[in-house]
Amino acid sequence: MQFTLTEDQTLLQESALRLMREEGTLARRRERVASADGFDRRLWATYAELGWLALGLPEAHGGIAGPVEVAVVMEAMGRGLMVEPYLASVVLGGQAVAQGGSAAQQAELLPALAEGRLFLALASAEAGGRYNLAHVETTAQREGAGYRLDGSKAVVLHGASADQLVVAARTGGALRDTSGITLFLVPATAAGISRRAYATLDGQRAAEVTLAGVSVGADAVLGTVDGGLALLESVVDHGLTALSAEAVGIMAALNEATLAHIKTRKQFGRAIGEFQALQHRAVDMYVACELSRAMAYMAACKMGAPAPERAQAAAAAKVQVGRSGRLVGQEAVQLHGGMGMTDELIVGHYFKRLTMIDTLFGDTDHHLARYAQGMTG
Amino acid sequence: MDLDLSDAERAFQAELRAFVREHLPAATRRKVLGGLTLEKADYVGWQQILHRRGWFPFNWPTEHGGPGWDPIQRFLFEEEMEMGGAPRLAPFGIRMVGPVIMEFGTPEQKARHLPAIVGSDVWWCQGYSEPGAGSDLAALQTRAVRQGDHYVVTGQKTWTTFAHYADWMFCLVRTDPAAKKQEGISFLLIDMKSPGITVRPIIALEGSHEINDVFLDDVLVPVGNRIAEENQGWTCAKFLLGHERIGIARVAFSKQQLARLKSIALREQKDGAPLLADPRFRARIAEVEIELLALEHAVLRILSEEKAGRPAGAEASFLKMRGTEIQQALTELQMKAVGWYGLPFVPEAMHAGWNEEPIGPDYAAPLAAAYFLTRRATIYGGSNEIQRNIIAKAVLGL
Repeated sequence: MQFTLTEDQTLLQESALRLMREEGTLARRRERVASADGFDRRLWATYAELGWLALGLPEAHGGIAGPVEVAVVMEAMGRGLMVEPYLASVVLGGQAVAQGGSAAQQAELLPALAEGRLFLALASAEAGGRYNLAHVETTAQREGAGYRLDGSKAVVLHGASADQLVVAARTGGALRDTSGITLFLVPATAAGISRRAYATLDGQRAAEVTLAGVSVGADAVLGTVDGGLALLESVVDHGLTALSAEAVGIMAALNEATLAHIKTRKQFGRAIGEFQALQHRAVDMYVACELSRAMAYMAACKMGAPAPERAQAAAAAKVQVGRSGRLVGQEAVQLHGGMGMTDELIVGHYFKRLTMIDTLFGDTDHHLARYAQGMTG
Repeated sequence: MDLDLSDAERAFQAELRAFVREHLPAATRRKVLGGLTLEKADYVGWQQILHRRGWFPFNWPTEHGGPGWDPIQRFLFEEEMEMGGAPRLAPFGIRMVGPVIMEFGTPEQKARHLPAIVGSDVWWCQGYSEPGAGSDLAALQTRAVRQGDHYVVTGQKTWTTFAHYADWMFCLVRTDPAAKKQEGISFLLIDMKSPGITVRPIIALEGSHEINDVFLDDVLVPVGNRIAEENQGWTCAKFLLGHERIGIARVAFSKQQLARLKSIALREQKDGAPLLADPRFRARIAEVEIELLALEHAVLRILSEEKAGRPAGAEASFLKMRGTEIQQALTELQMKAVGWYGLPFVPEAMHAGWNEEPIGPDYAAPLAAAYFLTRRATIYGGSNEIQRNIIAKAVLGL
């Protein structure tokens, strides 16, 4: 057992934090958020050079390392409050192809993904389905040798900048059946696809995607026909783990900012950090962050475990991060006072992202119920 | 990072598990797993069995008679002990005064006191708190006045756990009333058979007797029983607190209590189905299980750092906070699980020798009492508010 980072992981962490210190200023963030794509393609190329876009992908196709390294990078990105489609493209899209793709699909897509030439997005959620991954109304009907896809996908992260979409569609069974779901790789510009792009409250991008009679070949199937839910669950668990690590980076940054503020802000003739009521709240924020870090890395280590164990770990981490993140985000704003409510300070930007992370792929209530259901005993 | 046990760790774990299964007296195991009252003989008997195997004191280096385990091995040991139903090892000798003597004691003090702890010949108690010195421990008033080769000690200690079992007490006393309060304190070892010592039981709110008042009335203590220099006692006290914080999280104990909670909730019925299947109750268990998982991994991260030569400082205070909050949540859910049968209070039912028909399910008898008793956990060992003060100052720089 070894619960600390290896030497290589520590080096990765140091280099990631260094880059984030340079790039993670609020001024740079504003430029990125306001750009056409909603992120910085030059920075994306830097990630590719650093090897970050290859993390967690199979070595045979240019990949390197695994979920712990992904967590290290995501934690740093949380601190830098990055808006690039790392989660959408590399973690969710990349894992879908890495875990479900045929040799041909992997050879075609993964090197391009790792080199930064390809963007993927996961189109799994649907309106009315909340966080139930089996709620798939989108249909894929046999059509000649291939399939014809019809339906709508909700809040596809970075859906507009993606070159290919990983679409969950129903090839059999009834709505919410666990079998009968199949994942498809669909070119984002295929005939019949329309994408309505928009910004999200946390400064990221997403799209509503409609598929109307989209024809794909049989080679578009990712993984097994009708057996896509297990693959989707695994992909989403990797996403939850990566998000948990991102949240840890945000919490650490918020705690630093809050401490710096309460040590310098004077009221009643002294620094407000001298008041015990605030000191104890700052301690609870610190503890919330430490527990989240322990859970995020625990989950990262469990991503290779058998499915039930992997799922419990991801759900537990998401619950911890959801609770901790709510506390740290809300308290950071409260302890900053009026300034915490402004767009001028980075605190509010962190708070918004941290809050939205709780929603992504299932909030605390959802994952608590999921954990309870899977709990032994 | 790698959460899986190595082959060597797995073999070590199997060895521990087999040993507890084979050597823990069945009567003791029944009491521990049933939440019944333990006698001094249960504790001491088990310590001696462990000692014969070379595993007591489990946290000591080989030079003083321990097995010399690393922090991860010690964690595995505690886990197997708890899960196997072994009694908690009293911390006073092995975790508290023992390490202080190793760090600050003279060769004579080491030779006299350490082997007696290893052999369980001596039961220690902790003379720290006083009626006027709880969270503000340095405000203690018990006086030690030097007279030739002795100190004359007068004062009152309180909340002294197992003072009625104890042969010796390690004690913080004031040797310089004129100095700043932390700088006038000394650390004395006091023989409990000394004339002038009176132990008076304090009965806890649920009826148990573990804690006591200890009155010291002109007690003569040889100067040779002082650890470290005169007025350096606060240094010893702080050293001891640092040793106590991680163990007090009691992750393994809580894991055992969680298993017990689930087994109770499986046997209790609600609307014709096990309570464990009730979504709301199940979610409450899941919440605590997740909190415990987070605590466990936070502990293991800190132990891994310690193993790598980077021991934790004040940041470990949060382990005490979270550990005790979780212990309280678990005992509360156990009490809630039995519903109506949390009410009957039959003190005799807490003892292993009681042969009458239980009122309600047999596992229900000690649960409400355990809930009430466990409220102490966030008060003792430095209240959780004090732990927050420590983190605020030492970790956050506030």
